[in-house]
Amino acid sequence: MEYKISNRLRLTAIILMVVGALGVGYSFLTSHVTFEEVETMLANESHHGDGHGETTTDHTVKETHEIAEGTHDTHKTDEHSGSHENVDEHTKHVNHVMHAMHNRPWSAFYIAAFFFMMISLGVLAFYAIQYAAQAGWSPLLLRVMEGITAYLLPGALIVLLIAFASGTIGHYNIFVWMDPEVVAHDKLIQGKVGWLNKYGFLIRGLVFIAGWAAYRHFSRKFSIAQDKADDNKNFKKTFRISAAFLVFFIYTESMMSWDWIMSVDPHWFSTLFGWYVFAGMMVCGVTTIALITLYLKGKGLLPKVNDSHLHDLAKFMFGFSIFWTYLWFSQFMLIWYSNIPEEVTYFITRIEDYKLPFFGMIAMNFIFPLLLLMNSDYKRMPWFVVMTGVMILAGHYIDVFNMIMPATVGDQWYIGIPEIGSMLFFAGLFIFIVFTALTKAPLEPTRNPFVKESEHFHY
Amino acid sequence: METSKVIHAIYNDDDVLMAAVKSVKAEKHHIEEIYTPFPVHGLDKAMGLAPTRIAIASFLYGCVGLTVATIMMNFIMIEDWPQNIGGKPSFSYLENMPAFVPIMFELTVFFAAHLMVITFYLRSRMWPFKKAENPDPRTTDDHFLMEIPVHGNEKELHDLLSQTGAVEINIIDNAH
Repeated sequence: MEYKISNRLRLTAIILMVVGALGVGYSFLTSHVTFEEVETMLANESHHGDGHGETTTDHTVKETHEIAEGTHDTHKTDEHSGSHENVDEHTKHVNHVMHAMHNRPWSAFYIAAFFFMMISLGVLAFYAIQYAAQAGWSPLLLRVMEGITAYLLPGALIVLLIAFASGTIGHYNIFVWMDPEVVAHDKLIQGKVGWLNKYGFLIRGLVFIAGWAAYRHFSRKFSIAQDKADDNKNFKKTFRISAAFLVFFIYTESMMSWDWIMSVDPHWFSTLFGWYVFAGMMVCGVTTIALITLYLKGKGLLPKVNDSHLHDLAKFMFGFSIFWTYLWFSQFMLIWYSNIPEEVTYFITRIEDYKLPFFGMIAMNFIFPLLLLMNSDYKRMPWFVVMTGVMILAGHYIDVFNMIMPATVGDQWYIGIPEIGSMLFFAGLFIFIVFTALTKAPLEPTRNPFVKESEHFHY
Repeated sequence: METSKVIHAIYNDDDVLMAAVKSVKAEKHHIEEIYTPFPVHGLDKAMGLAPTRIAIASFLYGCVGLTVATIMMNFIMIEDWPQNIGGKPSFSYLENMPAFVPIMFELTVFFAAHLMVITFYLRSRMWPFKKAENPDPRTTDDHFLMEIPVHGNEKELHDLLSQTGAVEINIIDNAH
């Protein structure tokens, strides 16, 4: 069945993009606060009692800060006052907060770009698995997946562009290792310069994207050619390139997650980080497939998709949510238990400054899907799957938020105009590209060798 | 057994059996039991059996396991003999929770799995030293057996079953 993007949906996508772009533009324009502005802001905050950190360390910082405040005036008149150290501390703190505020719109934009890129990359891997496993249940959903993966090429290029721009036209707002000034004073980063350098980062990123986009291009081409073929040659070709792609994918996905996410904390590393990001992207990918399938089915465009297909997608949402939690916990528990200073600092920052998003995310990504999708009947109810799906997507946005923000903005985080504006912008772009791609081919693959099995699929 | 007389229809193909079950149900006959050498997909629905409640039982067993693990670890590691392991304070269950999660998980799975299997055996009236109820040993190899109680409608049932492709139809008198 042919799909035509409705005017209302196209308009929604465009409005989202425009509103989002306004929000992003506003947040970039207002983020350039000066040293004095930050100073007065901090002074006001400490007078009014601050909403952010209730931790004792924060209070001591505030106290020393106030002392510094008091001595600051004397400092102006008397250059040789005894409170030199306090003043240095104060300048450092204000500078730190100022940089965090400059970093916020960059990070918010980057997180939203990565989040939507991650959805389509997860779907691409899921799509390749369907072919490599010669799955019989899913061919009716393959065109939906192809629509979602259309976003991968532009989406991934945007992520790489933002990352690279932050180190060239920006002021090293996301990756501190891009700053030669920082590297000059940092022995640990100096040891990693062979991998963590700007041009290596760019070239690796382009190689990853080229590989993913090539697979997506050829698999889509063969999938459409298969509709008109009278043998299974195209299907067999896709089977072969899918197997090869999956090998390529698991290496490049892992390296991508070190480059694009883990390196925001260049001192810290985790050996299962690639798997962790992978689990998150699979959950988001399958959830998005389910949501878009339900949308199209609601319009009567996928009449052959039955509730057993939905049941299987919901099973994957449930399973990958548990898998994600397993990896999250494996990463957390070992670091928490061994308590090695250079490792555990990663979680200390998150628990002290990001308590609500850090623990809230576990409720949203684990407890919520666990309880809601456990019952097999609930997995067949569209509104249940939609509700859980929206919660899972929101939870995984916060997951990416927790991976990037603590390294770039520290305790100066908030979900405000920069974050929401960026999300709206990329949501609009995603909807626009995905639904335009869905119009380009019939929504049901007609001559896929397994399509009959998929039509009669029942559990 | 409620009735003294039952009819045994034997089939040698699961698809034929499924079709036979549907036509027997369409004629509104009660099927007492079906013996198969392997699980036949969709047979329970065709026979009109109530859906299984073992999933609910399993969930409850899992909750029991989680509770047992929590109470047990709290008693052993916090109340009875607190130990300092790896510099972790051991006087609060909540603060030490990450260390106990693997045990909580394992006992949840252990209780759910084992009690579910035991429940399944008991519910199926299977226990050690139980004499097999299987009326025909061929159903453990390659034959399917459908058992229908007879209420004076022997002839009618016989005709219906032979139409459905049964390879053998026997009338059994249960004297007990």
